[in-house]
Amino acid sequence: MSAISEVFRTLRSEGRKGVIPYITAGYPSLEVTHELLVKLAEAGATAIEVGVPFSDPMADGPVIQRACEAALKHGVRLHDVLAVTREAQKKTGVPLVLFSYLNPLLQYGLEKLVRDAAASGIAGVLVTDIPADGATRFAALLRQNNMDLISLIAPTSSDERLQRIAATAGGFLYAVSRNGVTGTRDEMSGDARELVRRTRQFTDMPVALGFGISTPQHALEAWEFADAVIVGSAIVREIEEAGEAKAAHRTAALVRRFVEARQTAPSIKEQ
Amino acid sequence: MVDTSGPGFFGPFGGRFVPETLVAPLDELASSFDVARKDEGFRDELKELLQNFSGRPTPLYFAERLTEKLGGARVYLKREDLSHTGSHKINNALGQVLLARRMGKRRIIAETGAGQHGVATATVCARFGLECVVYMGSEDMARQALNVFRMRLLGAEVRAVETGSRTLKDAINEALRDWVTNVKDTYYLLGSALGPHPYPTMVREFQRVIGDEARQQVMDQEGKLPVAAVACVGGGSNAIGLFTAFVPDQDVRLIGVEAGGRGEGLGDHAARFAGGRPGVLQGTYSFVLQDEAGQIAATHSVSAGLDYAAVGPEHAYLRETGRAEYTSVTDDEALRAFHELSELEGIIPALESSHAVSYVMQIARQYTPKDVIVMNLSGRGDKDVNSVLEREGGQK
Repeated sequence: MSAISEVFRTLRSEGRKGVIPYITAGYPSLEVTHELLVKLAEAGATAIEVGVPFSDPMADGPVIQRACEAALKHGVRLHDVLAVTREAQKKTGVPLVLFSYLNPLLQYGLEKLVRDAAASGIAGVLVTDIPADGATRFAALLRQNNMDLISLIAPTSSDERLQRIAATAGGFLYAVSRNGVTGTRDEMSGDARELVRRTRQFTDMPVALGFGISTPQHALEAWEFADAVIVGSAIVREIEEAGEAKAAHRTAALVRRFVEARQTAPSIKEQ
Repeated sequence: MVDTSGPGFFGPFGGRFVPETLVAPLDELASSFDVARKDEGFRDELKELLQNFSGRPTPLYFAERLTEKLGGARVYLKREDLSHTGSHKINNALGQVLLARRMGKRRIIAETGAGQHGVATATVCARFGLECVVYMGSEDMARQALNVFRMRLLGAEVRAVETGSRTLKDAINEALRDWVTNVKDTYYLLGSALGPHPYPTMVREFQRVIGDEARQQVMDQEGKLPVAAVACVGGGSNAIGLFTAFVPDQDVRLIGVEAGGRGEGLGDHAARFAGGRPGVLQGTYSFVLQDEAGQIAATHSVSAGLDYAAVGPEHAYLRETGRAEYTSVTDDEALRAFHELSELEGIIPALESSHAVSYVMQIARQYTPKDVIVMNLSGRGDKDVNSVLEREGGQK
């Protein structure tokens, strides 16, 4: 069983829900990324998504675009990202998910990536711009190396696609809460609940809800039907506002607020 | 490692590399297009508009003085510059707007580089009373101010894109972000033979009228096929539009001309086949200008319409199979051709098309007056007059 499946199994057996923060690697610096990985794990993150900066992040809103641009300005590359995860993974047991657009991975070489990611404490890989049905061989190679291909599902996905994606994906399904790019939102969309309901018909794989989850209140709503929340832009914005010196400390405090909301929430019944 | 057996692949190139949210809308688009292209009513409606709204067929014009000066092959210009709105872009805009109407979409978004596709889209939206939003890099807005004003006159909203290099690539990113957010009621009218499937195929089909006409016209006027068909290649829509009819004619050289810019360094040009390698940008696998880590490189060309880091996937395939050849022309060479055609033929070409003119001037002498070259004059140069004036300070 993969590291990601393992943590979700534990969560479920304890009747708990997950919190998965996203950070852009190399933003504001590789040193802070290392600190963030350690501190967010200590704060109780279920897993951490580590974004590989890309010059053309077409699925991302302005906050993550800015973070990518800043990281690239410092010359951050995929091998730097893997070096940081390797170091951080030695200190924490929290699964790390590499979150990337396809081109930086392609140019690195997908076989080489799988080898190096496995050696760098990566538990799963999510590629934003490769639909799950176009990556069956990549998924198989990851699985052989005890890693999962994490796949997106969206409100626009048909039932037939959901079935196909569930068959290829591993670890958990990343449900996009509403049509759009990453970024904070004021309210949860009804699309999200419906998407997760449809997905449960075909698989018992854990479903994590992302895109627009920015407050513990959003998370409480999401936990009514999803196994975990992914918090991206709100985390990256916290890092941006905190500045380099305070980024890890303040972001860990934000993650802790999500984790604590989970513990004080009235018990949530399993689907 | 990545599956290339799905729809929309040209050999290993093309495909549909997009976030999951866009998969279903692209599927819907592909099937709507398939139904429409086989529907006689759709084809008739498009044909009528191409004829009476846009002015097709465009002439195939014998460039007599240019031919005399070059002293080689007889040069014919396919006059897409005479189309309504001044370039071949209207062919695709008309086709896709008719499709959007069939799909019940009332809001059209588009990206534009030089502004020609934006103007064509704004024009057709005005004709059909549709809401139109055009994304344009602020760098391009500065060098194509006239086209920005034209779009606004036509009732379109032009949104400045301030991210990245503030050119065509960034405008496409913003248009994709808009589409993924408003996908239920919005139609994304992509202007070149790029992006995820079905766009490269669909844009080719709406542009192939250029080559279909040109092939018939050259047979009528010269009684034979040309030795070469030449076009400039940004994303590659005017080139694929010209080439498609000639692909089965193995003796016709197909030549695409990329932007050689101001030098050979990464960032100084947009010659993807010279300085790029295969990669994925904006939904398609093709030749891309990028650094060793797969970050997309900045590009440069005097012509905004050729200033893009990736080339349409079918061009990558035509090159790989050896059916078409690709070369490049520098900013300075294109500008010389811009002046030459203006003075010899009384035709001011777009800076994009000037790249093709320049290459024709280089190769015409390799042939004899018994041979014919057909070149696609994809657009007129009125939009470029200001930037040429600025660059040359009123001197020639």
